[in-house]
Amino acid sequence: MTIASALEVVLAAVVLGLAVWTIAARDTFSAVAGFVAYGLLLALVWVRLDAVDVALTEAAISGGLGGVLLLGAAARLRTSETPTSAERPGGMLRLEAALLSAAVAAALAAAVLFLPDPAPTLAPAAAEGAAATGLGNPVTNVLMAFRAMDTLLEKIVLLLALVGVWSLAPDPFWGGRPGMRHYADPQGVLAFLARLLPPVGIVVGIYLLWVSADHPGGAFQGGTILAAMWLLVMMAGLEDAPPVSRRWLRLLLTVGPVVFLIVGLGGLWLAGAFLAYPPGYAKPLIVAIELAMILTIAVTLGLLMAGAPERSVEQ
Amino acid sequence: MSFVLDIATITAVAAGAFFFLAGTVGLLRFPDTLTRLHALTKADNLGLGLVVLGLLPLAGSVREGLKLICIWLLVLLAGATVSQLIARAALASEPHRRRGDHVVRAPEARPQWGSSAFAARDDGGPP
Repeated sequence: MTIASALEVVLAAVVLGLAVWTIAARDTFSAVAGFVAYGLLLALVWVRLDAVDVALTEAAISGGLGGVLLLGAAARLRTSETPTSAERPGGMLRLEAALLSAAVAAALAAAVLFLPDPAPTLAPAAAEGAAATGLGNPVTNVLMAFRAMDTLLEKIVLLLALVGVWSLAPDPFWGGRPGMRHYADPQGVLAFLARLLPPVGIVVGIYLLWVSADHPGGAFQGGTILAAMWLLVMMAGLEDAPPVSRRWLRLLLTVGPVVFLIVGLGGLWLAGAFLAYPPGYAKPLIVAIELAMILTIAVTLGLLMAGAPERSVEQ
Repeated sequence: MSFVLDIATITAVAAGAFFFLAGTVGLLRFPDTLTRLHALTKADNLGLGLVVLGLLPLAGSVREGLKLICIWLLVLLAGATVSQLIARAALASEPHRRRGDHVVRAPEARPQWGSSAFAARDDGGPP
């Protein structure tokens, strides 16, 4: 056994252990902490599998974004946690839940175990078509050209999720500012970090987008970093969250899907199919879509974190 | 020359790994939040610094080396800030220990996070 495979075995064991611990933890906060660590270690697993694009997304979504969302949920649940955990469901319900979980696990295991060997793959086809777009990163090719429809719908789902969050706003604050106003010592460490880090983070976010043509990266990964920088500035109290009814905000939220749709419909006319790119123009069009997309993703993720409007515009 | 560089890499990375190990042991064994933070930040600052230093000779180009150093600097910045924030939150949640006061250590008098608080919860009853 080489050192690398020993490392992989240890990594897999730790990931499995953390997964079990996350489920078994009685305390919501501990479970969330376990889940964040699990996400970050899973990112390492993806790196070992040479899927750096997936690793970046896993770290950003599961470790960062999902972690913060779950922490917020855990904080809100804290008051009702003790009475809820005191309740014990009836024996029949527990039996049904156990049977259902076992059935799902068995179905998943069967699906994995009975995979044909070698597994069916479209990778050679994707690699063959790479020259058509002029992009060197096969993942970007698949996401932005061969399966662009999935990416388009995914971004629209993100927008719908934000509408879902906003719809939790009480009537008087509809269109107001999301979440509570954050206050921090303007001379303190948090404000210092919020002044120092954003220039670096903005460069890294745009770099991740730009480099995704030929290397791992992309609008989602870059947008997550931009959103994190925005949130840092809001949490340090340097800039308040904007009211969600602002015109420029709505414009940024829709510019990505709109540009994607316009290019897609243009393809219908110029290249003969929805979301097809005219020959020779694939790369500039993809870059244009990704540029619009990174703005939308950054603003959407930032607002998802900021939460439902809880204050009027003036507050 | 490459032999010397390899020795330097092994020495620095091993020293870095030692700091990570020592930091982890400290995180698990030290009695309260502030000392645990101290152990953790040593692992981040010195441990990662030494690992990066050891990896520099292996970097293929100046650009890669600069990226490694940038990663270390960013972790330094994040670690220093977050440990300050956690330390303040810890001080705020322990009212008998205020900033600037001389701290008289009485470990047996103070409830420890690792033991009593969680043990009470594991019993199933409200603490």
